Amino acid sequence: MKSKATFKTLLVASVMALGVSQVALAQDTVKIGSVLSVTGPSSFLGEPEDKTLRLYVDKINAAGGVNGKKLELVIYDDGGDANKARTFATRLVEDDEVIAMVGGTTTGSTMAMIPVFEDAKVPFISLAGAIEVIDPVRKFVFKTPHTDKMACEKIFEDLKKRNLTKIGLVSGTDGFGASMRAQCVKVAPTYGMQIIADENYGPRDSDMTAQLTKIKNTAGVQAVVNPGFGQGPAIVTRNYAQLGMNNIPFYQSHGVASKSFIDLAGAAAEGVRLPAAALLVGDKLPESDPQKKVVTEYKQAYESATKQPVSTFGGHAYDGLFILVEAMKRANSTESQKIRDEIEKTKGFVGTGGIVNMSATDHLGLDLSAFRMLEIKGGDWNLVASGS
Amino acid sequence: MGALLNQRFLTLAVLAVVIAVLPFVFPSSYYFRVASLVWVSALAAIGLNILMGQAGQVSLGHAAFFGIGAYAVAIGPTHLGIPPWAALLIGAALSAVLAYLVGRPILRLKGHYLAIATLGLGVLVALVISTESGWTGGPDGMPVERLTLFGWRVSGSYTWYWVTGALLLVGTWIALNLDETPTGRAFRALHDSEVAAQVVGVDVARFKLQAFVIAAVYASIAGSALAFMNGFINPDQAGFLHSVELVTIVVLGGLGSVVGSIVGAVVLVTLPQALTMFHEYEHLLLGLIIVVSMIFMRNGIVPSLSGLFLRRARS
Repeated sequence: MKSKATFKTLLVASVMALGVSQVALAQDTVKIGSVLSVTGPSSFLGEPEDKTLRLYVDKINAAGGVNGKKLELVIYDDGGDANKARTFATRLVEDDEVIAMVGGTTTGSTMAMIPVFEDAKVPFISLAGAIEVIDPVRKFVFKTPHTDKMACEKIFEDLKKRNLTKIGLVSGTDGFGASMRAQCVKVAPTYGMQIIADENYGPRDSDMTAQLTKIKNTAGVQAVVNPGFGQGPAIVTRNYAQLGMNNIPFYQSHGVASKSFIDLAGAAAEGVRLPAAALLVGDKLPESDPQKKVVTEYKQAYESATKQPVSTFGGHAYDGLFILVEAMKRANSTESQKIRDEIEKTKGFVGTGGIVNMSATDHLGLDLSAFRMLEIKGGDWNLVASGS
Repeated sequence: MGALLNQRFLTLAVLAVVIAVLPFVFPSSYYFRVASLVWVSALAAIGLNILMGQAGQVSLGHAAFFGIGAYAVAIGPTHLGIPPWAALLIGAALSAVLAYLVGRPILRLKGHYLAIATLGLGVLVALVISTESGWTGGPDGMPVERLTLFGWRVSGSYTWYWVTGALLLVGTWIALNLDETPTGRAFRALHDSEVAAQVVGVDVARFKLQAFVIAAVYASIAGSALAFMNGFINPDQAGFLHSVELVTIVVLGGLGSVVGSIVGAVVLVTLPQALTMFHEYEHLLLGLIIVVSMIFMRNGIVPSLSGLFLRRARS
């Protein structure tokens, strides 16, 4: 009988000890959540994001963590399904009790997750492109990638310099292409641009000759812009060369800013211009460039850890993570509300995407200088000198 | 008849008890969210099962009706100022009308041809939804206004757990009853042999069409419920992969078994959540579990297991 009682006491004590040690453990770590499209049609975006977050959270922890606390990263894969993303977002907030979230690969999944984080008052730094994410401004939602509106503006700015005002659009009907097309149409008048041809293609089409022929036959087209994503723009670029349209300046978007675009489009990509982040041309930036250090370090770290070429998409995750980490340091707290306030106060943060200056009315904090105008020459990206 | 009635009543009672008891074991609202998703998927699957399991027809484009229901409650209040609850009914009516109009010609087809025709319907609807971005927000989707009933704003995981649970109970009750009506028996006759059914005087074309319309309405209401619950909708919900998911739920749970559709939904919705710990092997394991259960339980989970228990009980 007595031994039984002793056993019971021991059991209770050990359970309590276990509980105590868990509490202690919980105090030493803070949880950061992420929902990414690591698999599925958007995996080319989600995979580098996933690798970047894991790589840098390990690095931060190896260096002692944030405010003396280790970061614990919880990543879920939504497979590109917005409904799944929504469920995982609820799981992060309710079950894992994360203090903040860096994720949301696509605009669709980000938009589906926003209500969860807004309701729970947990800061959410999105990695999605479209401007809807931060316009209208939502209290707890931020984002790091340049918007499609900025890409249009950058292209139009370049066109204006070259005195070209009559343009043709050939856009993908996927989320990225459709959203950017709408933004281009909206900002065109501000730059004195006239859209005199407006064609579409499906995201899985394998030939866009018909649409391009129509643009070619539209009298007065001085330049063509292709808002699109994935393989479509590479096919458009090839068709463009096949139709002998190279005498008309051709602009791609930041959506194709990865080496695989040049590989896919081949020689047809020569002379194509596009707005992109400094990360793509890190080695070509002048030493005086404020972003030079950040982008070359990130490129080196990513490529040596993953043995894969760096992409701007992973860079967005890098920016999101460090905007959050610096806000946590400034807030010196793990309270979501305080971290949110500090994220909003981010000023002069040098990331891979540009220099971030957020405010209560701007939850992106990038201006047009974040984009560099590039031209493809000799199968590589080249900076277009301003004024040419 | 009395025994049958009891069995039906028992099934319904067990389901009601499960729905009522689960909240006591759920540690956080995340579980309510997952359970609500199960109820919604189960509702759509029960409808599809009336078409596939009872009437023996196939539909590979069923997510189209799910999408119509979902977009009806998104577009109606946003663009046309229709009250959300009315939009739900309009969506269901639209789905029924579309199923009726499209069903008349395509249900004359059989087997693979019918499968292809329904597939085409699904692809068409998904295409319209993702292209008409002025109305539907395009591929990025659109927000959905919250449902308000008599001034009560229906939102939050807890609330939706009960709303979807109630919808599932009603859906289950109708499907169980349908099975025992002349219409249900006509469906079964169709399933076993269309020729024989025709010989005994079943109006084959009419009953096929009825089953198709009923299945469309179930999917539409499930779609509306999901759209309200998420407050956001995108074209994936109307896409081919979602159609395949619905068919998988029905076949995995057991063709013709109402409880099977619910069990199928439980498996297919909760497994991906449970398998996240395996990280990169998640999809591999999910596929493996489905393949293995189809090999060892060829008639689906519920019919196979209940058959096993009956045999055990007899011997």
